[in-house]
Amino acid sequence: MNQGNLTTVFQNARLIDPAAGTEQIGSLIASGGKITEILTQATVSKELFRARNIPDSADIVDCDGKCLAPGIVDIGVKVCEPGERHKESFRTAGQAAAAGGVTTMVTRPDTDPAIDSPETLEFVNRRANEAAPVRVLPMAALTKGRQGREMVEIGFLQDAGAVAFTDCDAVVQDPRVFARCLSYARGLGALVIAHPQDSGLSRGAAVTAGKFATLRGLPAVSPMAERMGLERDLAIVEMTGGRYHADNLSAAAGLPALRRAKEAGLDVTAGVSIHHLTLNEFDVGDYRTFFKVKPPLRAEDDRLAMVEAVASGLIDVISSMHTPQDEESKRLPFEEAASGAVALETLLPAALRLYHAGMLTLPALFRAMALNPARRLGLDGGQLAPGAPADLVMFDPDAPFVLDRFRLQSKSKNTPFDGQRMQGKVLATYVAGRRVWGA
Amino acid sequence: MTFRQNHLLGIEHLHPDEIVSLLDLSDSYVDLNRRDHKHTDKLTGLTQINMFFENSTRTQASFELAGKRLGADVMNMAMQASSIKKGETLIDTAMTLNAMHPDLLVVRHPHSGAVNLLAEKVNCAVLNAGDGRHEHPTQALLDALTIRRAKGRLHRLSIAICGDIAHSRVARSNILLLGKMENRIRLIGPPTLMPSEVSELGVEVFDSMQDGLADVDVVMMLRLQRERMDGGFIPSEREYYHRYGLDAEKLRHARDDAIVMHPGPMNRGVEIDGTLADDINRSVIQEQVEMGVAVRMAAMELLCRNRGLIPGDAP
Repeated sequence: MNQGNLTTVFQNARLIDPAAGTEQIGSLIASGGKITEILTQATVSKELFRARNIPDSADIVDCDGKCLAPGIVDIGVKVCEPGERHKESFRTAGQAAAAGGVTTMVTRPDTDPAIDSPETLEFVNRRANEAAPVRVLPMAALTKGRQGREMVEIGFLQDAGAVAFTDCDAVVQDPRVFARCLSYARGLGALVIAHPQDSGLSRGAAVTAGKFATLRGLPAVSPMAERMGLERDLAIVEMTGGRYHADNLSAAAGLPALRRAKEAGLDVTAGVSIHHLTLNEFDVGDYRTFFKVKPPLRAEDDRLAMVEAVASGLIDVISSMHTPQDEESKRLPFEEAASGAVALETLLPAALRLYHAGMLTLPALFRAMALNPARRLGLDGGQLAPGAPADLVMFDPDAPFVLDRFRLQSKSKNTPFDGQRMQGKVLATYVAGRRVWGA
Repeated sequence: MTFRQNHLLGIEHLHPDEIVSLLDLSDSYVDLNRRDHKHTDKLTGLTQINMFFENSTRTQASFELAGKRLGADVMNMAMQASSIKKGETLIDTAMTLNAMHPDLLVVRHPHSGAVNLLAEKVNCAVLNAGDGRHEHPTQALLDALTIRRAKGRLHRLSIAICGDIAHSRVARSNILLLGKMENRIRLIGPPTLMPSEVSELGVEVFDSMQDGLADVDVVMMLRLQRERMDGGFIPSEREYYHRYGLDAEKLRHARDDAIVMHPGPMNRGVEIDGTLADDINRSVIQEQVEMGVAVRMAAMELLCRNRGLIPGDAP
C-alpha cells in the first residue's frame, strides 16, 4: 500500500463544491495530503502532468462521472469509549465513518466517565489515533461530570485539543452556571454547543406530544419545550456574547427565535440530525424502539420546516447524531428503551433522500454536512479548494440498495433504516489523500 | 365476517364486525354464568397463564374465573414479586414462560406497548389486560356489552367519558371501540387530564360536567389515578369532586334514562358519589363486573379457535 506522500489525480469527477454552490464535471489533483489543483477539464493531459511535475507513480482515479465531494464533518458522534466499548469503539466507529464518507468525527463527551478533564481527553486522543482511520476531533463536557454545576477546565481542555464544549443532552439548568460558562468560554474563543430543551417539561417523555402519542399512550413532550430551551439559551448568549451552537433542533416552533438571533448578529449557529430531516413521529409505529431518539421524532410539519431551514441556511449543520445502543437496551418497552440511533453509515444515503425529493441540492447538502461544520470549528476542511486537506468522498447518488443492519460496520446495529430502500452509495473515502474506504 | 385475530392486544386493530361477533358470543356466556352449573369443557387441556406486572385484583380474578369456567388450567404469576425484580428483562421472562407451552397468556404491564413487545416473542395467544396508558381491550368490550344490553343497541348513542382521560387506558380503548361503532363521544375533564390533540380522535371535549353531560345516554366515569399524579394535575380532591365528581345534581343534565358506569375500583367521594354508585336504577357498575367474565371467556374461546387449538370456526 503505497499511500505515503502520494499524488492522486481524480478524473472525470462530478465535483460538488459547497462553497461555490456548484457541481460540474472536472478533475482534482491531491498531493501531500492536500488538494493542490482543481481543473475544469474532465481529464488531465500529459502536458499538464509534466507541467505540474506529477510523478509517473501518481494514482489515477477515474471517477466515471460519479460525485466527488469534500468529506463529511460530523459534529456529535458518540463513540462509546471509555465505558461502553461493547457498543462502539474508536475502531468500529472509525470504520463506520469511513464507510459513510465521514472524514472527520467530532466526538461527544457523554461517555462514562464524561470527557471533562485533560486526562480523559488524553485517553480519547490516544485511542482515536491508534484505532480510527478517519480524523477524530474530541469535544469536552462543559461542566464537570455533565452535572451542570461547575465548569470544566476549558483552557486546559482546549490546549489538549477539545474543539468545542457541550454537556450533550444534559441541559445546564441553572442559567447562572450556563451564563458563566459562556462568558468564560468567550474569553478563550471556545465554542459552546448545547441541546436546547426545557428539562422540566421534557422529563420522562418518550415521544412528541400529539395524536400519535395519545393513541399509543406514551409520555410526551411538546415541541414548545425545545423552543423554551432555545429562547433561554439565546437570551444568555445575548447577555454574555458567547459563541453558541444549538445542536439537534427538531421543532419548527424554535426557528423564529433562531432567525431573530442571527439577524441580531449573535454568534449563533444551529444543527439538525439526519433523523429529524427524514423521519417523523408516525415512524415509531407499533412501539419500534429503534425510532426512539432524543429529542423525539416530530410531526411531519416540523420535519418539513427543518428541511426548509437547511435549504435557506437558517440551520447550518446536518449531523448524524450517531448514538450506538446494544440490543439489550433497545429490546425493552418503549418508555424504558434507550434513545439514539447509529447513523454514520446512513447519513449520506438518508440525506440523499432529500436530494432525490428535490428539496436540497448536492452543494447545499455538503454545505451543511461538510463546509459549515468545518468553518464553525475553525477547520480548513469541508471544501474543494487548493490548500484544503484532501478529505474526500466519492459516491454514486443514484445507486439503489436495501439496508441490512447486520452489514453495518458499527458494533451496534440500531438503525431506523433497517430493511428500507436507500439510494446513494459511498464508493470511496479519502482522508489526507489516503484511501480509507472503497476499492 | 369472522373474528380473525391471533392476539387481543387492543381495540385499534379490531373490525366492527369482529366486535359484534365477540359480543354475541359473550351473551351466551352471560347465560351460562347465571346458571347453577357454570362449567364448560371448551378449553380442557389448554393452559392459561396470567402475568400481572402491575397490581390487580378484579381483572386478574375475572380472567382467572373465565379460564376456569372454560375448563383451562389457569396459573397466576405475581410478577411484581418475581425475577423481574432480580433484573430479568421482560423478554427473558416471556421466553421462560413460553418454554412451558402455555396456550393463552394474559398480560398486564405498567408500560405502554409492553404487551405488544411480548406478543412478538411468544408462540401463544396474548391477551392484553392493560398496558400503561395504551389499551385495555377487554374492559372496553365489557363496557360495550353492558351498554348494548342496557340500551338495546351499540350505535348512535351519546356517551360521555369523564375524568382522568390522560392516564386512562380504559378511556383510549373505549374511545376507539365506541367510535368504530358510530357513537357520539364526549370527553369531560379538566384540561390537565386531557391528552394532547385528543379532539383529533373524533370526540368532543368539554371542561364542564354540566355542558358535557347534556342529554347523554351513557355516563362513563373513570377512576382518578392518584398513583400516577406526580405533578399536580388537580389542586385538590375536594375541588375535583366539586367540579367533576358525579352526583345526582350533575347527572340531572343527562337523559332521564342515562346509565352510570365505572370500571372500578371506585374512589367514592372523589369521582363519584357513593349513593349514586349504589343506585340500582342508574348504576350498572355491578353488571360491568358480570359482563367482564363473559367477555373474557368469549375472547379466549375465539383466540383458541383461530389458532386451531379447539374445533370450530370463529363465528
